[in-house]
Formats: sequence, C-alpha cells, structure tokens
Amino acid sequence: MFDAATSSFKRIALLGAVLLVSACSTPSQPNGINDPYEQTNRQTHEFNRGIDRIVLRPTSNAYGTVVPERARNGISNFANTLNQPADVVNSLLQGRIENAGHSTFRFLVNAIFGLGGFLDPATDMGLEDRDTDFGETLYVWGVPEGVYGELPVVGPVTERHAAGKVVDLFTNPLSTVLEGPGATAQTAANVASGFGTRYTLSDTIDSILYDSADSYAQARLIYLQNRRFKLGVDSTGTDLDPFEDPYDSLPLQ
Amino acid sequence: MTHSPFSKPSRRIVLAGLGAGLLATPALALSEAAAKTLVERAVADINAVIASGKSESAMIRDFEGIFARYGDVPTIAISALGPPARSASAAQRSAFTQAFTGYMARKYGKRFREFAGGRIEVKDTRQRSRLIEVRTLAYLPGQSPFNVTFLVSDRSGRDKFVNLLIEGVNLFQTEKVEIGAMLDRRGGNVDALIQDLRRAG
Repeated sequence: MFDAATSSFKRIALLGAVLLVSACSTPSQPNGINDPYEQTNRQTHEFNRGIDRIVLRPTSNAYGTVVPERARNGISNFANTLNQPADVVNSLLQGRIENAGHSTFRFLVNAIFGLGGFLDPATDMGLEDRDTDFGETLYVWGVPEGVYGELPVVGPVTERHAAGKVVDLFTNPLSTVLEGPGATAQTAANVASGFGTRYTLSDTIDSILYDSADSYAQARLIYLQNRRFKLGVDSTGTDLDPFEDPYDSLPLQ
Repeated sequence: MTHSPFSKPSRRIVLAGLGAGLLATPALALSEAAAKTLVERAVADINAVIASGKSESAMIRDFEGIFARYGDVPTIAISALGPPARSASAAQRSAFTQAFTGYMARKYGKRFREFAGGRIEVKDTRQRSRLIEVRTLAYLPGQSPFNVTFLVSDRSGRDKFVNLLIEGVNLFQTEKVEIGAMLDRRGGNVDALIQDLRRAG
C-alpha cells in the first residue's frame, strides 16, 4: 500500500514537472528579471523568513554548535557522494560525457577509499565536485528559463529550475536501489547537510534575510545571478549584465 | 553556494593569453597584466590585514583604506545611487560617497575574517569592452574553491576596481538594488538615506 502511494505520488509529481516545463515556454524577457507573480512571491518570502527564523536558523545553529566540524564535513561529504549518481545521469542527459566519467570516478573513489563517502579523497586527486541537476539538463535541452518565483521552504527558483527539482527526486539511481534504512540514511544525510550549509553560510544568509532593506529583491537578484553563472547563461547586454560598467551608468554625464 | 568548475589553466596558457591580450590591444593604457598585478597587490594587502590580528574595528578601518585605495569608490557610489544623484547637491553627493564607503567597509570588512587562511589564484584576464576582467579562484580552508572575478577600469585616471563578482553574484548590482530599496523606504529623501547608511552595514 505504501508502494502504491509512493508510485502515485511519483506520477503526480512527474505530471507537475511536465506542466511546469510546458509553462516555461511562455515568452519571457530574455535574461532580465521576469517576476509577474511578485506580490504572491513576496508573501511566500515572508513565510519563508518566518520558517527560517523559527526553525531553520535555530536548528542549523544548534547543529553547527553541537556537531563538531569534522563530523559535519563527513556528513556533507556522505550526502555529496550519494548524490554523484544523479550528477552522472544528468551529465549523460546533457551529453557531457567527460563530466559523467568524472563524477563516476569521484563516486567510486570516495565510496571505496573515503570510508563509504564520509571522506573526500577525490577532490585532492583532482576529481572535484561537478554539481549539476535536471534544471541544468533542461537548460542544455533549450527549455526557456520561465518566470522567477519563490516557493515555500524551497526558496527562490525559476520555472525551469523548479521543474528540474521535481524530476531530480527520481534521477538518482541510488534512490531506486536504496530501501529501508539505506534510504532513510540518504534522506537524513541530505537534511543534515542542508543544516550544515545554513550554518556555514550563516553570516551571508542572515545579512540577506535580516539586514537588507528589501530581502526579497536581494534574494531574487542573487539567486538569478548565481544560477545563470552556474549554467553559463550569457547575460551580456541585459539588466543583469555581469560586465556592466559603472562608468556607463553614471547619472551625472 | 555551489561552484562551477573551470579546468585549471596551466601557467603556459595564462601567459599565452596574457601575451595575446597585450599584442591585440597595444594602445590600451590599462593592460591585462597591470590589472592582474592590481588584484595580486590588493589580495596581499587584505591578507596582511587579516594576519595582523588587530581588533575587528581596527581591521574595518584598514579595509576602508584598502577599499578607497584600490576601488573607484566615487564612481561605484554615485552610479549605485543612480538617477537621484542628478538632483542631489554636490555636498549631498560627497556625503553620500563618504557614508557609502564606511557602509561597504563595515558590511564586507566584518566578513573578511572568513577569508583567514585562504588564498586567491589568478586564472586569466580578459578585455570586456573598456573593463578588464580578472578571473580568480578563491581557496578557503575546508571549502571547495569558488570563482571570484574582479573588474578593473582606468577611467578614473588610475587602475581601480569597479566591481567584484563571487560565483556570478555581482557586488555593484546587489548594492545598487539595496541602495534603491533604502532610498524607497525613506520616500526618496537622500539626506535620510545618508543618515541610514552611516549606521548600516
């Protein structure tokens, strides 16, 4: 019965992803900020700030204080190792064969010589993490970015990235193999690793969420700049042109 | 934040790129080599401040000096303020620039501690219309290396930084949006914005 529930959940989620991807095809301003649902997004942002203040921030601070750095690094390495097969699948789907091989070797080295993934000897060997996701695969396939949005708990996304996140629930071959305690350990490692990241980036995240005059606008800009950088989107000549020359926009000329 | 991996360019490729850049643009006052040297000097100065072991407030004062010395602060400040600078008086513009300098030094100086024990490796340089882009990789202990890009301009008459990008996150653009939001909160009153900036960061 549990299996039946899982599979129908998977079907619904996939359907949702397909709908999201087809929604991405609505024409959008190329590479500017396309945020037609800003009012709703701002409400979600306030909700997310509340979740962070009440749950995420205190929990990650407790996690970072109680668990020693070495153990935290071990857990995030473990989560990263378990995620390599998904990177391999996405790299293959993107036609990036070299990256797929790279991530395969990274997985094997860390699983075999890194105490099952808790250590990261691969990075020292030049097999650094080449993180990717299905959102990137969709980008490579030519799916447009779609509109910007902020989702409850998930945070800032584009439509394309959101669709990718749904599909990524199924792209990790390990998840289909792991059952019972193995699957629980994988989920737990991912959650703990998330708290670890919130702790490590604590000053940055606090400064954006709690110190800035408009944390919604800051989060939106930072997310879009970083996401497009990661994907290698060319934003020259747009509002987010990375090589905008402050001299050219001097108001006194 | 995640990082995009670049394959590490060999020294030879970097030198070849530098040579090609110099040959292609012999008439430019600002060379890619000079931009690279500027980054290296600034990084050395920042590391010296971090290593000095001074109090946080003393370090922030030092960072303010480095920011003013290496950055084209008046341009960054007035350009970040945008169109409201047009109707501002010269006194307001200069007070704004001064408040902005202190704000940036406090906001980012507080964070330089995170760079303790880290180093920056220049990867390559590239001409981007009138700017020179210096791409670097920052290595912090216990973290994956991440991309930091410096943008250098000589339009002030000297070689200065006009922007910094960390994993694509654009310091100038984010501060422009932040200053805009602070000004909106004050109903467009530049004097009130200057007061707020003196306390912010």
